[in-house]
Amino acid sequence: MLENNFDITLNGKEITDIPEDLFIPPDALRVILEQFEGPLDLLLYLIKKQNIDIIDIPILPITTQYVNYINMMQQMQFELASDYLVMASTLAEIKSKMLVPNDIEDEEEEDPRANLIKRLMEYQKYKELSEKLDVIPRRNRDTFVISGIMTNFNKTDNLPKIKLDQLEAAFQDVLKRAEIYASHTIESETLSVRERMSSILININKNGTIKFTDCFTYSEGRMGAIVTFLAILEMVKESLIDIIQNEDFSIIYLQTKTS
Amino acid sequence: MSKQNLLQKIIEGALMVSHEPLTLQEIANLFDDNKPSKNEIKQIVDKLNESYKGNAFEIVLVASGYRLQVRPGYDQWLLKLNKQSSTRYSKAFLETLVIIAYKQPVTRGDIEDIRGVSVNPQIIRNMIEFEWIKVVGHKESPGKPELLATTKKFLDYFNLKSLSDLPPPSELNTQ
Repeated sequence: MLENNFDITLNGKEITDIPEDLFIPPDALRVILEQFEGPLDLLLYLIKKQNIDIIDIPILPITTQYVNYINMMQQMQFELASDYLVMASTLAEIKSKMLVPNDIEDEEEEDPRANLIKRLMEYQKYKELSEKLDVIPRRNRDTFVISGIMTNFNKTDNLPKIKLDQLEAAFQDVLKRAEIYASHTIESETLSVRERMSSILININKNGTIKFTDCFTYSEGRMGAIVTFLAILEMVKESLIDIIQNEDFSIIYLQTKTS
Repeated sequence: MSKQNLLQKIIEGALMVSHEPLTLQEIANLFDDNKPSKNEIKQIVDKLNESYKGNAFEIVLVASGYRLQVRPGYDQWLLKLNKQSSTRYSKAFLETLVIIAYKQPVTRGDIEDIRGVSVNPQIIRNMIEFEWIKVVGHKESPGKPELLATTKKFLDYFNLKSLSDLPPPSELNTQ
């Protein structure tokens, strides 16, 4: 702290007071001034340095000292918070009030310092509390929390349990789906119903009557059979041909429509 | 293993792996049926602490519940493991924090009145980020200033069970 005792001996003689004209390097002074947490902090320091009680704050010398500090700060172009200037004016106000004799002896008249003293005491209280808080054992400085490794637990907890056959079933599913996709690819129609209708009609017209079974070509496979069957149904529907069967389970004939 | 013994091991394990303090309720909720009563859990914690005598760690009760931690006094060595986080706070930070802690709920204006300087918004932001303080409401005065109060996390950090554990202000020197 600032009020450290200086144990300096010079020529065997202990020096307790810093000489008034002692040169303080500007940078060092800056460091000193930066330590204050505001005008109240600076005032408390000045009061403490004189070893006096806040209650009996001698306003005249304190004000002079305070203004001196502020002047120093300004000379060094120390960025001076407006709060410091407000306090300077407050001190000047109190000083003037105390200098002007009070004609009316009023018992109720408040000591002009009262408000400042109250504020200083309030600030001092919290300043001390902050120092106390600073030494309370705190996490990661004085005490260390044990937080074991949870990751191992997480792994076993979070992973679903899978049996081999489930995995296999899933794989089969994927394969099946792939198959479905494959057969869903759209291809242009290779066999047209309309085209088949025409070819059958030509055949009927040429031969008069043809067997139902002769309309089908094995090499065309299932698709061909369906196309042919649809073509025949379509022609019946459009009344282009007749279908004849003499008795049950006998041969079915197709022939041109007899109107 | 007896039932009581198993209970003790489960609670010990839970305290070891939990990153946050555990409340009695949270500990009880570890069990689906045959939940131990709060008194039973307290007794088990005491028993565990009894068995930790001579070990580096202990179970302590802080505002958010029970946690397992290393006893104080080993910081000199253990701090070397803790490379990134700084545990030093500026005077401005600590003063602002105690004013919030002791006078809560307070507005920024209240803090400024006491300290005589304007509040550094970064300090308030940091405290909110640490979840040490939170806005608990707005004062019915012009501008509806935010009312700030400390949280359980603040107490946890300083190893405190409640605000009443904070050091009392010293007697004012009115000689």
